[in-house]
Amino acid sequence: MSDVSARGSDRIAAAFARAADEDRAALIVYLTAGYPDPAISRACLRAAVEAGADIVEVGLPFSDPIMDGPVIQAANQTVLDAGIGLGEQLAIAREALNGTEVPGVAMTYVTVADTRGYARFATDCADAGLDGVILPDLPVTESDAWRAAAGEHGLATVFLASSVSTPDRLDAIAGASAGWIYAIGLLGVTGVDAVDDAPTRELVARLRERTDTPIAVGIGVRDRATAQEVATFADGVIVGSALLRAVADGEPAGAPERVRALVSDLRAGMSRA
Amino acid sequence: MSATGMTDTHAPAEAPASAPAREGYFGPFGGQFVPESLSGALSELTEAWRTASQDPDFMAELDHLRRTYGGRPTPLYRADRLSAEAGLEVWLKREDLAHTGSHKLNNVVGQALLTKRMGKPRVIAETGAGQHGVATATAAALFGLECTVYMGAEDCRRQRLNVVRMQLLGAEVVPVESGTRTLKDAINEAMRDWVTNVATTHYLIGSAMGPHPFPTLVRELQKIISIEMRAQFAAQAGGLPDAVIACVGGGSNAIGAFADWIEEPTVRLLGVEAAGDGIGSGRSAATLSEGREAVLHGSRSIVLVDDEGQVCPAHSVSAGLDYPGVGPEHAWLASTGRGEYVGATDDDALYGFRRTCELEGIIPALEPAHAVGWLLRHGRDHLGEGARIVLNMSGRGDKDVDEVVRVAGWDVGVERAFRTDASE
Repeated sequence: MSDVSARGSDRIAAAFARAADEDRAALIVYLTAGYPDPAISRACLRAAVEAGADIVEVGLPFSDPIMDGPVIQAANQTVLDAGIGLGEQLAIAREALNGTEVPGVAMTYVTVADTRGYARFATDCADAGLDGVILPDLPVTESDAWRAAAGEHGLATVFLASSVSTPDRLDAIAGASAGWIYAIGLLGVTGVDAVDDAPTRELVARLRERTDTPIAVGIGVRDRATAQEVATFADGVIVGSALLRAVADGEPAGAPERVRALVSDLRAGMSRA
Repeated sequence: MSATGMTDTHAPAEAPASAPAREGYFGPFGGQFVPESLSGALSELTEAWRTASQDPDFMAELDHLRRTYGGRPTPLYRADRLSAEAGLEVWLKREDLAHTGSHKLNNVVGQALLTKRMGKPRVIAETGAGQHGVATATAAALFGLECTVYMGAEDCRRQRLNVVRMQLLGAEVVPVESGTRTLKDAINEAMRDWVTNVATTHYLIGSAMGPHPFPTLVRELQKIISIEMRAQFAAQAGGLPDAVIACVGGGSNAIGAFADWIEEPTVRLLGVEAAGDGIGSGRSAATLSEGREAVLHGSRSIVLVDDEGQVCPAHSVSAGLDYPGVGPEHAWLASTGRGEYVGATDDDALYGFRRTCELEGIIPALEPAHAVGWLLRHGRDHLGEGARIVLNMSGRGDKDVDEVVRVAGWDVGVERAFRTDASE
């Protein structure tokens, strides 16, 4: 299970299995690569791993992130304004995560992957030691070319599912999503409002009827209480904007310790026991 | 240029431009690159339009509103003094005389009727120059819909008149401070609103862009421009024009002016993009000349992006053309060669603006002023002496007068006219 040479879905599956063995949900944290600067970003990713994150989503900034609220938008813009490019962003991920058993998954927008060329982007992610990719504006119906490229490099593609997805689309998502399925906890953008409880539970149940792939809930998990609640019915809990707020609120040098404290606290809330 | 760059898009056409092989695609361009939360709304809209467009009652209501409320048909006018100066026979399709002052209402009334049909109480819109925002606010007032318009903060400043118009019409105008504070960012913000409020809200996209079905839906609703143009030209001039010319930002007025001619190979289709300080200057919005294949705002098209997929800021004196993307059907028409796309600089546009005022007594919007300026400076060389041209005069320029005089530095006598005794 701790084979660091394994790749993609296997490493992600192992992370979910470790959490399940401990009767808890997996904690998935999102941090924007390069924010607030490369050194602190690396230290924050490290701190998140050391404090018990099971999987890390590494945000690769995009100029026009339509699924993101103000917190992640601002982090993206800061990195781009500083001229930190994709190569440096991926190097930050590699340096922070390699040698750990915590899988890393790139989170960016289709424009970034597509402009690079799907094959080259997949190569870049695999070379950085990443295990998967999330492209929130690439719906499953447009994903054939990307999935072919990702598959060649052993990368899992995580698809999003929403409470307003039709049964046909949930079938397609359940069939295509690898690593986990990202169940949207709230109709909205990241970091603005709290998980809409009943529709999210129903969505998770609808997905469970279709697949054994783990289901993690993200968007709207804004604090420990919400995370704890979601952990009772999902296989994984995704926290992003709350982490970035911890990074942004205070002296930059103290950001890794603030991340460590928040991740520890969230992780304690994952237990179902 | 990477493997996915422009060069790949110039492959020979395998299908006529009007018959995309895959639903929602024009050759390699188009698609639905949107968050999963919007998939249901796009399916619902596709289905609503499919049934509505086959429903005689719906189409009759649309036609009735266009005639009795929208001011259609708009005239086709032979502009003799412009013609003499251009060395061409120039006809103007007077969309500037339509209600609200531009072609935008054609699309808005259709989508507002669809909104009612889908039972949604709220519309949102993006706007650059404010013309689409004003049209949407107008239709919202007419149909009793709640309306929020997103507009870049920079555009709110340079098109203040239209902000006031929208507010008078009962719309909430949200200035967008993120990114470049222009049209691109207004679209991002509208998308975020839609993702959040998709159950109650229709996103009334104003250009022939965005995810399927919008590029097709907007084209079909704007096609009335070229349908009228064809009949009017035959009656007033006889035969077919040599070329139809229109400005292109996202491309809704141009696709409306082109749509009925696409299968008419002798009619040249000329799109004029805003080239800002000039193509190659780094301050331009001439997407089809300078962009590459990429996904922006829900569809694959030609976009101003850098090598890492970051969207480059566009620049144009015109808020309505200041956009780093273009509708996917224009990308397809450009790649097949059916459409020809050229750039007009800010200076060309200001020149076209002034000469249209002086020669024809028409104050044009800055957007079609690009097409006029290009025609005056390059039209004869490009099209041949005496060619018969229809130019889509897509909007009127009241909104632009303050900004144009400020940017151009013209002394038009404003100070003299407003000088009071006290200040003398």
